[in-house]
Amino acid sequence: MDITFKNVSYIYQRNTPFAHKAIEDLSFHIPSGSFVAIIGHTGSGKSTLIQHLNGLVSPSSGEVTIGEYRLTDEEKPKRMKELRSRVGVVFQYPEHQLFEETVEKDIAFGPQNFDIPKADINKRIKEVVPKVGLQEELLKRSPFELSGGQMRRVAIAGVLAIKPDVLVLDEPTAGLDPRGQKEMMDMFYTMHKEEGLTTVLVTHSMEDAVKYADHVIILNNGTKYMEGKPEDVLTQQEALNKVQLDVPEAVQFLQSFEKRFGVTIPFTRQSTKEIAQSIQRYIKEAGSRE
Amino acid sequence: MRRKFIEFRNVSFRYGDEEPWVLKNCSFEIYENEWIAVIGHNGSGKSTIAKLMNGLLFPQEGEIIINGQKVNEETIWDIRKDVGMVFQNPDNQFVGTTVQDDVAFGMENRGFPREEMVQRIEQNLTAVGMQDYRLTEPHRLSGGQKQRVAIASVLAISPQVLILDEATAMLDPKGRMEIMRTVSKVQEEHQISLITITHDLQEVVQAERVLVMNKGEIWDEATPREIFAKKDALREIGLDVPFVATLTDELKQAGISITNEPLNQEELLEDLWTLHSRT
Repeated sequence: MDITFKNVSYIYQRNTPFAHKAIEDLSFHIPSGSFVAIIGHTGSGKSTLIQHLNGLVSPSSGEVTIGEYRLTDEEKPKRMKELRSRVGVVFQYPEHQLFEETVEKDIAFGPQNFDIPKADINKRIKEVVPKVGLQEELLKRSPFELSGGQMRRVAIAGVLAIKPDVLVLDEPTAGLDPRGQKEMMDMFYTMHKEEGLTTVLVTHSMEDAVKYADHVIILNNGTKYMEGKPEDVLTQQEALNKVQLDVPEAVQFLQSFEKRFGVTIPFTRQSTKEIAQSIQRYIKEAGSRE
Repeated sequence: MRRKFIEFRNVSFRYGDEEPWVLKNCSFEIYENEWIAVIGHNGSGKSTIAKLMNGLLFPQEGEIIINGQKVNEETIWDIRKDVGMVFQNPDNQFVGTTVQDDVAFGMENRGFPREEMVQRIEQNLTAVGMQDYRLTEPHRLSGGQKQRVAIASVLAISPQVLILDEATAMLDPKGRMEIMRTVSKVQEEHQISLITITHDLQEVVQAERVLVMNKGEIWDEATPREIFAKKDALREIGLDVPFVATLTDELKQAGISITNEPLNQEELLEDLWTLHSRT
């Protein structure tokens, strides 16, 4: 589903002395099927932004459209529940939201709320469990007996069982060890490709943004600071430093290399291997010239 | 020769008689004024080590000596004065209603005189750069600021060891930077030992020594440079290696002979430059 923000502002505790503007005049367009990374510091408005995507909040002014659903201050979609069945949100530390007696019941809870027939739910559980990397034997266990990483997978399976068209991920790898982080991101990426999802990833990791996203939006103080392709946005060191962000390490290295050797190796999201090969070619050529 | 401050002798631990061993026969030493990083996959036993160090847990086998004393029920109150700990979640360790109350809490428990408390609050909040927030309520602080206050609260009781148990994991990059800057300044000024339990490679590179845990055992113990030279083995046990180490590997495979194991970009560029001017 296409996602469009048009001049969206959101004010918490409006008309009180505590009124606080979390998002201001924010506009962007995410075409269906994109993988978008949203980057910004704590307080930059990321969480408020994603709460608009399934109608947990509506804009104080401006307009949000998600597919055929439209959210404004005056108008909430009549089919809010339907919107929520199409936009799945994995919140931060989703394992804190597990509550059922068994893994199976916990995964079933979401689809049940959307009145999916029981037989279908069982079928969906069978599908999502291997997708998130869990064993079927775990279904009868209590989710609270599992490791933190497994608990998170259960919570994610619950969101996937709703079969959303849009998947919103709020720092889904926080607190996992490096291998866990990579496995989880690879899993989301595979699903994104295979199921043609529109994926919105909130992250602090420039490395993940460069690796998985095809579009990035940088937020600062509730406004859009930069937007574009990862290779265009995440290479602008000065602009990023201004909002206390940094370029990915590979970009940093290529820039230092350029300063030292006077040679530009452009950043095209190439692999570390390809960077090494470019450097090797340059050093070899420099040698043969003399 | 530096003085040994913490010593684990053949320590094994499990959470119950039927449970698997979380730590298996671990022995290592930590010296005075040393910065050591502890890394390992989730469930490798890292946090258990931290909890054993200040008597939140006791080992079933082996012994732990801290500052010359064996850790047991009688000595833990003394030992906890020496071992300060900051945990992962900034919201779980705030007890005061204002920043200064929070810093005072630990000192109140230990019966510090008021004059001394006032002075130490000022001094330690300044050390972490939070002196302007003395009267601020905790919920108005960012995650990084909360963790800095937590560090100040721990420092106020003058520990000899500061343990950061994934204290930056829940922070954004800016918060992480604030904490690491604070911590290295504090370590320099206070001459304390620092133990950082972490997945963050930048934190590991800054340490003098690294303890690598795998499945409850000590897998390796060496300088960051030596550790990151074992890239493939690290990856096998679920850990990551810094970009520079990966690039160095790829350069070697592409036929560039880098002999050192560069730890940061400057070192790698220096090596390349030397090669380049030699050819």
